[in-house]
Amino acid sequence: MKALLALLSGLLFGVGLSLGGMTRPAVVLGFLDVFGQWDPRLLFVMAGAVITTAVGYRLVLRRRQPWLAASFQLPTSRRFDARLVGGAAVFGIGWGIAGYCPGPALASLGAAAPSLLVLVVCMLGGWWLASRLPAGRD
Amino acid sequence: MHSCLLAVLGGVLIGAAAVLLMAALGRVAGISGIASGLIRRGVVDRGWRLAFVVGLVLAPALLWLLHGDSGIGAPQVGLPWMALAGLLVGFGTGIGSGCTSGHGVCGIARLSPRSLLATAVFMLFGIATVYVVRHLLGGL
Repeated sequence: MKALLALLSGLLFGVGLSLGGMTRPAVVLGFLDVFGQWDPRLLFVMAGAVITTAVGYRLVLRRRQPWLAASFQLPTSRRFDARLVGGAAVFGIGWGIAGYCPGPALASLGAAAPSLLVLVVCMLGGWWLASRLPAGRD
Repeated sequence: MHSCLLAVLGGVLIGAAAVLLMAALGRVAGISGIASGLIRRGVVDRGWRLAFVVGLVLAPALLWLLHGDSGIGAPQVGLPWMALAGLLVGFGTGIGSGCTSGHGVCGIARLSPRSLLATAVFMLFGIATVYVVRHLLGGL
């Protein structure tokens, strides 16, 4: 049941990314190109997603626990540290080079473009490297 | 449909997916956190993570079946740049504990100060990178 609902959530997420144009790196790079031909679509996607999530979380988090788990697992760290800022900066550079963040990269795998496969394998390698650093996530 | 309306609709679906995952499993829909858990040592709950990623990968195929367009666009840069980008995106979201979905959507929806800062930083660096690539170097 857990897997089924996770699958459904992943499907919804991917359909949303695709309809919003986020699986087209040209659209994402167009959003980041604020000094050129700016494409605002990513902003509309984020606005729709943030507002829906904010309202939905408000309703859901009133409950005592999730349907299928013992508790809600929300990030608790409040620290502004070098890992957070440095990590976001490195991610931003990679995002700006190819126009893929992790969701659209995975959602585009089905098209079986060889260079995208390479990007995803390198992304997995990056996650693995990051998890080897001392004081890793979780 | 106008592409901006479609973008809002896409965003609402992404939000619905995030709310569903929180309501059912109590987890934040951060793609880098979910997917990197598949390869991190010591993670015990790989089942739902794999199911979520499978759903994500199948989604464009579903769209293709429904209306003949998967929505997947072509990569814009060559193979070496794709490799470098993948490494930076993986490493950066790994040490920064999140990406566009975890920080940019779920974190901002919770008004998390860490996520607001992270989102501002990766947006700025993304914009600066595209500026350098397109307007200073003339493309990759």
